[in-house]
Amino acid sequence: MKARVVVTLKSGVLDPQGKAIEGALKSLGVEGVASVRQGKVFDVELAGADADAAKAQLQAACEKLLANTVIENYQIDV
Amino acid sequence: MKAAVVVFPGSNREGDMARALTQATGRQPSMLWHADHELPAGTDLVVLPGGFSYGDYLRCGAIAGRAAIMDAVRAHAARGGLVLGVCNGFQILCESGLLPGVLMRNANLRFVCRMQHLRVERNDTAFTRHYAKGQTIEVCVAHGEGNYEADDATIDRLEGDGLVAFRYCDSAGNVGGDANPNGSRNDIAGIYSNGRNVLGLMPHPENLIDALVGGTDGRGLFESLASAA
Repeated sequence: MKARVVVTLKSGVLDPQGKAIEGALKSLGVEGVASVRQGKVFDVELAGADADAAKAQLQAACEKLLANTVIENYQIDV
Repeated sequence: MKAAVVVFPGSNREGDMARALTQATGRQPSMLWHADHELPAGTDLVVLPGGFSYGDYLRCGAIAGRAAIMDAVRAHAARGGLVLGVCNGFQILCESGLLPGVLMRNANLRFVCRMQHLRVERNDTAFTRHYAKGQTIEVCVAHGEGNYEADDATIDRLEGDGLVAFRYCDSAGNVGGDANPNGSRNDIAGIYSNGRNVLGLMPHPENLIDALVGGTDGRGLFESLASAA
């Protein structure tokens, strides 16, 4: 089973990399960019076939390692 | 004082740290590997040195913070044992939950490598007895991710409980402004745990222990530790 975990910075947390990318887009002439926040995507292959179990596993993975919940949120799509 | 230095894949300041500890304590620290499960019997101080553990993959210190040896380090800290984390070691302490908050990318996005003055916030801890309260010391910084961040409640608690160990300042001791190299909240360069037995800091006192290479202001920290146990 394939799953995707998206980790993003919580709102209010300063994201200097996102700001730099936002500035670069503007300087490249990409119009209408109000703001950019950078995050991470993890594509995970799981051995089992049960979606609920997979979600629980990935939630544990996020809490233990994939996200730093002090500054990051995560979203799991199975 | 029996010290142990933990080496992770990608650590690179363990030699400097061992030299500083040996100079102050008169004995070589044990060198531990990240996959070890136990500290040597009678260890007083565990040190997590600087470097780029696991190549800074995922987040700085994230993977090292969950290494096998860290369970032993957590147990040591819970017993009141001394733990020092410098630079990447500070990042590892935050990721492992031994210290609150997180070290984010420097606000100006640049790796900063320079001499840096710090203000010693208190001198009644095992790490700072050989300094004066409010003393300005000159050490160095070398990091890309030293921008200390935590939520407002945590910052208030650190300030209220006197858990800020060092702040960035200029040579005259003035805190803030251009003296802050990375955008850290409240110019925080280092913090203590609640029991003040765990210290994490971004600057490198271990590199300022010999007049031949820039100064000796870092010695006070190691001499304090040497006399603490």
